[in-house]
Amino acid sequence: MILEWVSAACWLAGATFALLAAIGVVRMPDLFTRMQAASKASTLGLGCLLVGTAIDLGDSPSVARAVSIAAFVMLTTPVASHVVARAAYLTKVPLWSGTVLDERREDEERRGLLTADGAGDAVPRKPPLGEVR
Amino acid sequence: MSTTIPDVAMFMLALAAAIAFVRLLRGPSLPDRVVAMDLLGTLTVGLLVVGAAASAQRAFLDAAIIIALIGFVSNIAYARFIERRGQ
Repeated sequence: MILEWVSAACWLAGATFALLAAIGVVRMPDLFTRMQAASKASTLGLGCLLVGTAIDLGDSPSVARAVSIAAFVMLTTPVASHVVARAAYLTKVPLWSGTVLDERREDEERRGLLTADGAGDAVPRKPPLGEVR
Repeated sequence: MSTTIPDVAMFMLALAAAIAFVRLLRGPSLPDRVVAMDLLGTLTVGLLVVGAAASAQRAFLDAAIIIALIGFVSNIAYARFIERRGQ
């Protein structure tokens, strides 16, 4: 009885996190913030759903499968997000106008200054600090 | 037949998938669409996981494992494609 309520609460929490992830993916202003909503919130939501299912089914094969799905997703989601974000940054997907920290560009500019030759595309971006909302 | 908690959770997941579809259709750049596809894959896994408990069919959990695996591999492949294609 109590376990039923616990698993129901886990399912509702997980579905809420998944819904929030989807809303974040639609509402966020640029790719990288969208990506943060999609990867973190959906992983947490899936984790909650898996806990609920493992409690509800309760036999050891199901729990083992649920644990392995959770471990797999939690190991691979950061890797996949990082790879996609890197590819997007390298192909110059525009950042949000309110972005305050772009360490890779700062690094490229500094190296461009040090080699006194300039990396090919190190055009200084307009400092965005003035337009933080 | 009354509405149960798994039904509510599955409805919320389907709603989330519908909202993610908006970004898949609208997304200005290709990585946006890839992110939306990734989220759709994760939502599918969640739907299968809840469905496994709702229908007491353990086989759905195996399908969820496979879909999670395919989602990861396809994400890496999309990222390689974006990076190689440039712009």
